[in-house]
Amino acid sequence: MAAVQETVDQVKAIDVDQYKYGFSTELEVDKAPLGLNEDIVRLISAKKGEPEWMLEWRLDAYRRWLTMREPTWARVAYPKIDFNDIYYYAAPKMNAAPQTLDEVDPAILETYKKLGIPLREQEILAGVQTSKVAVDAVFDSVSVVTTFKAELAKSGVIFCSISEALKEHPELVRKYLGTVVPVTDNFYATLNAAVFTDGSFVYIPKGVRCPMELSTYFRINERNTGQFERTLIIAEEGSYVSYLEGCTAPQRDENQLHAAVVELITMDDAEIKYSTVQNWYPGDKDGKGGIYNFVTKRGDCRGKNSKISWTQVETGSAITWKYPSCILRGDGSRGEFYSIAVSNGMQQVDSGTKMIHLGKNTTSRIISKGISAGRSQNTYRGQVSAHRKATNMRNFTNCDSLLIGDQCGAHTVPYMECNNASAVFEHEATTSKISEDQLFYCQQRGLNPEEATALIVNGFVKDVLQQLPMEFAVEAQKLISISLEGSVG
Amino acid sequence: MLEIRNLHVSIEDKKILNGLTLTVHDGEVAAIMGPNGSGKSTLSYVIAGKPDYEVLDGEILLDGQNVLELEPHERAAAGLFLAFQYPLEIPGVATMSFLKAAMNSQRKIRGEEEMATADFMKAVRAAADGLGIPQDMLRRGLNVGFSGGEKKRMEILQMALLAPNFCILDETDSGLDIDALKIVSEGVNALRDPKRAFLVITHYQRLLNYIVPDSVHVMAHGQVVKSGGKELALELEATGYADYKTLAA
Repeated sequence: MAAVQETVDQVKAIDVDQYKYGFSTELEVDKAPLGLNEDIVRLISAKKGEPEWMLEWRLDAYRRWLTMREPTWARVAYPKIDFNDIYYYAAPKMNAAPQTLDEVDPAILETYKKLGIPLREQEILAGVQTSKVAVDAVFDSVSVVTTFKAELAKSGVIFCSISEALKEHPELVRKYLGTVVPVTDNFYATLNAAVFTDGSFVYIPKGVRCPMELSTYFRINERNTGQFERTLIIAEEGSYVSYLEGCTAPQRDENQLHAAVVELITMDDAEIKYSTVQNWYPGDKDGKGGIYNFVTKRGDCRGKNSKISWTQVETGSAITWKYPSCILRGDGSRGEFYSIAVSNGMQQVDSGTKMIHLGKNTTSRIISKGISAGRSQNTYRGQVSAHRKATNMRNFTNCDSLLIGDQCGAHTVPYMECNNASAVFEHEATTSKISEDQLFYCQQRGLNPEEATALIVNGFVKDVLQQLPMEFAVEAQKLISISLEGSVG
Repeated sequence: MLEIRNLHVSIEDKKILNGLTLTVHDGEVAAIMGPNGSGKSTLSYVIAGKPDYEVLDGEILLDGQNVLELEPHERAAAGLFLAFQYPLEIPGVATMSFLKAAMNSQRKIRGEEEMATADFMKAVRAAADGLGIPQDMLRRGLNVGFSGGEKKRMEILQMALLAPNFCILDETDSGLDIDALKIVSEGVNALRDPKRAFLVITHYQRLLNYIVPDSVHVMAHGQVVKSGGKELALELEATGYADYKTLAA
């Protein structure tokens, strides 16, 4: 109840310019030369001081990538990307890797402050900030700071940038990297394998319940720069972690590419809850600029009775192409996908999930809420498959689409594959429109059209918002309202 | 006080109201009766400001203020309430949340403080009890899965909470069984007040046995063709609308 009011207040507080993260930060930058070739891959690897095997891994990916083609099956349209017109590495100039916050460029800290991201551990500990969340902040190609590392280390949790993990825990990275999303999985994942620059690494040891929320904030700042981050999370037997990522970018006229890979691994009885609030710059109302968000996210429930839960709130990006998926390998494992995808203006979203049931008694649940406004196109694409050994697997899918206005589109493309007679699939889908009558009814009770829309939309996405960690649910609610501003009337 | 003067309204080029004139004084309960298609529901929508209706001429004054210049939510904040014939469903929005959002929005427009949550909850519970609305219904999505009678009771609950000074009841009796009709009527009667006026739109005299009107107006072809006291309703019940249909034609 309070949250609804809050949304309404926040919507009101926003002025006409809807994307409030559109500012850019002036910094001295260390950039690789424009374009992509083996030398660039070598340069990235060298910049990170990586071991030889890692360089070989990257070069192998790069060579394979050269033979691959961009996927064209998604319901999105955009001009061909010139991969040689992108900078693959850009890092704020720093003398050495910062050890404490005081060594980080104040301009970067100021940027995160503007974004409302709590980096100041002291303040959090002193109670200035109410929630305690460990943050890894990635600025263009590099991680600039990770908070609460020491405190997490006490319980054996490793939370650091993937570059650092390659130095400090190379055996862990080598053991798991690319085991969920293989190097040659798809065009963008292969590109990522060749040129990924940073991302987060999380390792939760056996039996440990991670004592705080972990989160990573990604910020693209530089012009013409791609962001290729790689995140790897491993939850050992009986452990639990909740992880959240947030993303923003400045307002730029040209399109920028973001091609990330996220790999999650759960062992027996372990659980990973992965939440995303994606708010990359969506482009202007005519579709100029904005981020191309081409992301591969996959979790592998390797152990018995393990669980991976994806929750995503997607409001940004000019184009979103992303399907956080679960491979339900361990018997009794469970995959969940909760999604809110909002599109407005000229945005294009093609998103959904894959639930691959391999083990016995595996279950999955998909709740997808698509909201389309403006002239946007919003597609849910989902695959559920039951392997012949997946005895007694169950899936429940619910896809709801809400249309605002009469120039947008909503599409639902479910794929189901069943190779086991005992499998149970349930699929529900609805498409509705915020009706003039609903709006008038709310207005008759005193709500203005924007408040009325926010209220109706909040009701529509409630099931998914409830899945987000509390402190992010409000942020997500706010984002949704902002994204839809100007869509009424 | 509500004054409607020479109101001409069309929808999609079809003329519905043809110079309707009507005055409802503070404290008065005025009943509007008339055959199907006489423009009763249009009248209620136009007063509340529903889009799609085009006002060609005339004015509607609420306490001297021309409501035609106001947006629907501003009219609501000015004290206008329409109990819908078919209340809308808002899935996922708990009834309680909706009530609070509505109440605070109206207060904000009027430049008043928000109501404290505890006071608000108390007020909702009291009003709900009076209308026989169980608490768990307040936690469910607004009107979702409610029966016809429950929806109508919910309209009266909102009316009680928002404390408007001009209430329009659009065929509130339709779809109600006799018990629900009694409950709803009692709810309305409890809100009768020297400062509050009602416009009760109905087909049937039955409702007026429970909500006894001060005046009865007969509508036909988009005009008020006859006005009288409560006995006019009884007369209509006996004779039907046939005479009026020809009268205005």
